[in-house]
Amino acid sequence: MYVAVKGGERAIDNAHAFLAEERRGDPAVAELSTAQIREQLRLSVNRVMAEGSLYDPDLAALAIKQARGDLIEAVFLLRAYRTTLPRFGASRPVETARMACTRRISATFKDAPGGQILGPTFDYTHRLLDFKLAAEGALPPAAPTAPVPTSDLPHITGFLNRDGLIQSETAYDDIPPDLTREPMELPASRALRLQALTRGDEGFILSLAYSTQRGYGRTHAFVGELRIGTVAVEMDIPELGFAVEIGEVELTECETVNQFAGSKTEPPQFTRGYGLTFGQTERKAIAMSLVDRALRWKELGEDDSGAPAQDEEFVLMHADNVQATGFLEHIKLPHYVDFQSELELIRKLRAEALTAIGAARQEAAE
Amino acid sequence: MTDQSYNFAYLDEQTKRMIRRAILKGVAVPGYQVPFASREMPMPYGWGTGGVQVTAACLVPEDVLKVIDQGADDTTNAVSIRKFFQRTAGVATTEATAEATVIQTRHRIPEQALTAGQILVYQVPIPEPLRFLEPRETETRKMHSLEEYGLMHVKLYEDIARHGSIATAYAYPVRVEGRYVMDPSPIPKFDNPKLSDSPALQLFGAGREQRIYALPPFTRVVSLDFDDHPFDPSKAPHDCDLCGAAESYLDEVITDDAGSRMFVCSDTDFCRSRREAGHVGRLGETAGGGA
Repeated sequence: MYVAVKGGERAIDNAHAFLAEERRGDPAVAELSTAQIREQLRLSVNRVMAEGSLYDPDLAALAIKQARGDLIEAVFLLRAYRTTLPRFGASRPVETARMACTRRISATFKDAPGGQILGPTFDYTHRLLDFKLAAEGALPPAAPTAPVPTSDLPHITGFLNRDGLIQSETAYDDIPPDLTREPMELPASRALRLQALTRGDEGFILSLAYSTQRGYGRTHAFVGELRIGTVAVEMDIPELGFAVEIGEVELTECETVNQFAGSKTEPPQFTRGYGLTFGQTERKAIAMSLVDRALRWKELGEDDSGAPAQDEEFVLMHADNVQATGFLEHIKLPHYVDFQSELELIRKLRAEALTAIGAARQEAAE
Repeated sequence: MTDQSYNFAYLDEQTKRMIRRAILKGVAVPGYQVPFASREMPMPYGWGTGGVQVTAACLVPEDVLKVIDQGADDTTNAVSIRKFFQRTAGVATTEATAEATVIQTRHRIPEQALTAGQILVYQVPIPEPLRFLEPRETETRKMHSLEEYGLMHVKLYEDIARHGSIATAYAYPVRVEGRYVMDPSPIPKFDNPKLSDSPALQLFGAGREQRIYALPPFTRVVSLDFDDHPFDPSKAPHDCDLCGAAESYLDEVITDDAGSRMFVCSDTDFCRSRREAGHVGRLGETAGGGA
């Protein structure tokens, strides 16, 4: 006879033991250290930090190891840890104009003060599998070095701004809302939108940005400037009365320059999209700046073309991969009670429909 | 044993205070969805994070906690959530509905009537009853504030016109004290009558959607219907095959390749206590007999 399914607890424990074994893989192969992940899978670490909203390469590496390389799962681990940390204050806004750049390029000018710095990029590499990497051991030859620039690299969009050719952003000192401490409220301020985009799923933001390039809310974007490097994080210490540097973070910043013919409220000028992400995550930063620009249609007096990337609620409510993956995967949980009520309903509706059809046939036959 | 590296019931006190404020507001305005700053929990969104946060904010060390999913104490996610609170709060747990002071549930209301002083916490996936009629939160909030529920009545009317009856079997919408239309979470409509005039406090938590709402004790909750098509809390037309109960909600279990099936109480505690009291169903054995 039927035995009510018992033993859920033991099954869960056993499944977790199995998972731990699978995570380790073949014990004959050396275990991966978190330092190796941090150093050699750095772009994974960067993505996990960016979407996890926590700048900590060691913890991100640990999360990647624990998640068996599933980056969304790693983001989730980092977020769940982050939310338990106490907040002891906020830093000053970081000065990206004073960034120590490892990469800085502009697509809108052939050259600019400070020059183009390619940095460690996949751009222009031929995507041929390098079988030498399969053989371990050899260190790559040291890369040539250049002297560190002595002065700060100015923002490219600043040059356009001098001529009034690009729309200028109004500075404000309001404390921005915190998405992780307040429920999302719509319509959202730009600060809140940028926050949601920077921790949004890279794939989702990329696809939305791509859709604007293909005409769904087109914004005619050029990469005005993309810069990657480290910036100092400073914090005001009330007891001291001045700000002290508490550390450095690596950031990617992208400013797009967008063609704009003007609207009822704005003169013809270039407009901007903005992207800022943790680590070297340039695909994400560029995509973010395109989506940011698409979402600004209202403030610039543009038409709503009904494109997904222009729809603030659609973008912001679906950008978070931890939320999305949780809800998507929850349909694995038992739903048999709901299913049972649907079964009863379908049976009832079918019985009624079949009776009606039978009666109609009977009538037709007579 | 409580895990000392976390605060009692996992959440820090500031977060609990924020959640309690949302709960109090929900109790003050029954059926109204209160936005709250839902936290990332160590289990995925969609797996009960809203209910877990509400439970965490309600628990005190003296509480006795029961966790059910689909009416059962031993379904995997119920086991997982119960373990979470055993570990982080060290509270006593039980499977007996009457012994529990806090019951967290997914998709069911226990068969045994709840009593004053008990708290029933529902896990809610989509708190907005109008969501599948209007996908925009900005719009649905407006509709609630204007008490504009025509769309919902049209939907129910169209069901009747097309199918002869209302084609919603679970998450059946209700009206709370004649004001807010509320989603009772995906409980089967069979459970809807138990929502009304309950002596227990009923709290609803939607983590991913960042909403909390509440039914204080003895709130009048009416399932939406029409005079000529009254609400019908249907269930499988059988008795429980194990305990013989005629009035409980039943799960249908397929027992062999030939499609034979049996019907058993979805509320495992209810079924067990009936069998222990000597009730026997069509396929049941008396308590103590090997199973």
